Amino acid sequence: MIRLDGVGQVFDGREGRVTALEKIDLHVRGGEFVTLIGRSGCGKSTLLRLIAGLLPPTSGSVAVADEPVTGPRRDVSFMFQRPALLPWRSVLSNVMLPVEIDKGSDRSKAAYRDRAHQLLELVGLQGFERRLPHELSGGMQQRVSLCRSLIRDPQVMLMDEPFSALDALTRTELSEELQRIKMELSTTIVFVTHSIEEAVVLADRVVVLTPRPGRMRDVVDIDIPRPRSLAQNAYVTEVATISARLHALLSEKESEDRR
Amino acid sequence: MTKRSWLTSSPAAAVILPIIGLAAAIALWWGATVVFSIAPYLLPTPWDVAVKFFDQPGVLLSETGTSLLETLEGFVLAIVIGVPIALLIVRSVILERLVYPLLLMVNSIPKVAVAPLLVVWMGFGQWPKVVMVLLMCFFPIVISTAQGMKSTPTELVELMRSLNATRAQEFFKLRLRYAMPQIFTGFKVAISLAVIGAVIGEFVGATKGLGYVIQQSGASADTTLAFAAIMLLSVMSIILFYGLVLLEHLLLPWAQEKR
Repeated sequence: MIRLDGVGQVFDGREGRVTALEKIDLHVRGGEFVTLIGRSGCGKSTLLRLIAGLLPPTSGSVAVADEPVTGPRRDVSFMFQRPALLPWRSVLSNVMLPVEIDKGSDRSKAAYRDRAHQLLELVGLQGFERRLPHELSGGMQQRVSLCRSLIRDPQVMLMDEPFSALDALTRTELSEELQRIKMELSTTIVFVTHSIEEAVVLADRVVVLTPRPGRMRDVVDIDIPRPRSLAQNAYVTEVATISARLHALLSEKESEDRR
Repeated sequence: MTKRSWLTSSPAAAVILPIIGLAAAIALWWGATVVFSIAPYLLPTPWDVAVKFFDQPGVLLSETGTSLLETLEGFVLAIVIGVPIALLIVRSVILERLVYPLLLMVNSIPKVAVAPLLVVWMGFGQWPKVVMVLLMCFFPIVISTAQGMKSTPTELVELMRSLNATRAQEFFKLRLRYAMPQIFTGFKVAISLAVIGAVIGEFVGATKGLGYVIQQSGASADTTLAFAAIMLLSVMSIILFYGLVLLEHLLLPWAQEKR
């Protein structure tokens, strides 16, 4: 579904050139849930923007559904760290924004409206359709944002630390909801995070990136049955083992640097 | 724990408190004229002023109408010219550098100094007054509009890009809407200046308007009449200002929460 070959990204900053990403080769299969994990400044958000077509790569190639990425695609949605809701629009009309912007859609507006109601119900926001964003809590706002990124049934969802600004409890709730939605919809998801817990709970595969320049350190498969949870469950040992391994991979770079 | 008092939380208090303040000021004024037995040609009592107004309400109200019309015409003209200029400035750095010092220069000129020139150029009709109002209002409207247009959060711009929004969509559905509260702040500053502009215009080469009335009453030492005209000017200013506040409340209900 997503194919990155020899992707590199160089920025010309004020203090000279900065290599944000180097030699990234990654193939994400259809329906797969991949998390990109790494310290801040490892270029994981940049990588996501390359896939989204928001930024052209300096070198290498990016393809989605076997087509080279030249700009944002209709079947790829992007979810940000902050809810990024338009403050003057109601919850429902925020969810409908993508449909309104890109009129060349295949379904009628009424069909999308029904879908919007369905999605809002799925995340427990029925009855809030006419509210304005500032009337909602941070977690509820991010749920609206999730509905917005699902409204056009994307093939690929790109998520840039979408839960990192939320409190721990809301965060757990939302990652459980995301798993549930994922199991229903079979969307391909690339999810950026700096939280090991989140990576382990959500991913089929975890890509560990090293900082400056961002390179792929390792790819870890996670085959713990779903739905996963951080709470007491049958797979506590597996979750702990993989968490420990990711932890080691993330801190290894540091010891290498010291040498 | 401090309990919010009735005086800060109740909507009734929001109306009653300003009235009490106003009544107290008038009482103080009245008291001063009585206690220090000030001559009416120096400081008339509020009662004298009220009697003066109700002596010939039609005449004073028609003068008020003249000033109001000039104020509104100049204000609307300032919006019609100022907002597009601000939008152009925001779009082009070259234009901004070219025009900004010019705007600053024009704004720094004491407007009173220009009033006689305007009469020379445009005669004794309402135009020099309208242009004076325009000169007063122009700067705050341009500055606040430009500021507002620059304040769009990056994640919202990125959202629109990721949805493949056209430049026009990005402008109308995001940037302009987001700037509206700040544009309104500029309007609110400008409307008070507009009234001042009209009076300045009427001080020079006018045959009607409240500014003309004040000037004439100065010449004939009719302090009471001057006070009546000044009162009417303040009432006009207050009504115009709160009219804008009301309009903002109706048009931008989403913006209330941000303050």
